[in-house]
Amino acid sequence: METPNLSYIDKLSNGDDLFKKKIIEVIKFEFPSEKDLYHKNINLKQYKNAAENIHKIKHKISILSFDKGYELASKHENNLKENKTNLEQEFEEVLKTITFYLTLI
Amino acid sequence: MNCIIIDDEATARVILNKICSEFDDLTVVAEFENAVEAIKYLYKHQVDLVLLDIHMPDFTGFEFIKTLKNPPNIILTSSDKNFAIEAYEYDCIVDYLVKPILVPRFIKALQKVKNILKQNTETSIQDHEANQLENELYINIDRRLIKIDIRSIYLVEAKGDYIHLKTENTNYIVHSSLKKIKDKLPDSLFLKVHRSYIINIKKIIDIEDNSVQINKEIIPISRSSRAELMDRLNLL
Repeated sequence: METPNLSYIDKLSNGDDLFKKKIIEVIKFEFPSEKDLYHKNINLKQYKNAAENIHKIKHKISILSFDKGYELASKHENNLKENKTNLEQEFEEVLKTITFYLTLI
Repeated sequence: MNCIIIDDEATARVILNKICSEFDDLTVVAEFENAVEAIKYLYKHQVDLVLLDIHMPDFTGFEFIKTLKNPPNIILTSSDKNFAIEAYEYDCIVDYLVKPILVPRFIKALQKVKNILKQNTETSIQDHEANQLENELYINIDRRLIKIDIRSIYLVEAKGDYIHLKTENTNYIVHSSLKKIKDKLPDSLFLKVHRSYIINIKKIIDIEDNSVQINKEIIPISRSSRAELMDRLNLL
């Protein structure tokens, strides 16, 4: 199964360890609050707002080179704009994967 | 080249800053997490490039562009490819980068901005040179061609087969006619106010009923010219 990785960040860092450390710190700081906001909006059935939250989360998924997760996030984002929640559980798995990965790096 | 970054996501701002730092000729002068603060900044500062996120809460990138009278060059950034078509509607949008931004793609976008800036500089130099030429008039005096800055002429007076051409510094007597010189002078600056006089409107000091003072000279205005002169003036 595909997992997140640092290939994009490594390429961008190009040996700049300070930058690498900084970007990982910023992602670790931003991701939990974006995830919380998404859950809050899902619980309130504010699906359009939840779609907005996914839009930001999606960027982080792509930075962590988690392509399958990104695809699913895009579909879920579009579905939520039409008030469809059928991919909610699958997207939850993506969030869990990212959350776990961020504890490893 | 200087630029600003507008993105509500800190991660995106850090990445863009890093990419920009790779270019010696590109300086990030400010970054903003919302468009409103950036608008305030742009009222006071001129920038060559804006790296603009489309997808921001409250105020989208497109709304931001619409608020600017003379938007600078803009490279849009977005996680969404779907806005690309809308981006084509704005002349100021030079390129559209899909996140996560890759350096080779950024280089390509930056090159487009550099080309536009270079083109603008060349056009402005050409315009300046053209303006310079338009402001010059050569008169033939004793087989010498003397260059005069048209804007310095305040009065042309007909005297038989000659005209007296009066500038801020020197007066010239040239073998020519008022009609000939009128054709060489820009209508925006000069007006024939009498059969013997052409004046530079910008040099008028005051106007009485049938005369106008230019420098220290009182010049008669014909009845037919008066209406046109009054039309050309910024009257309160």
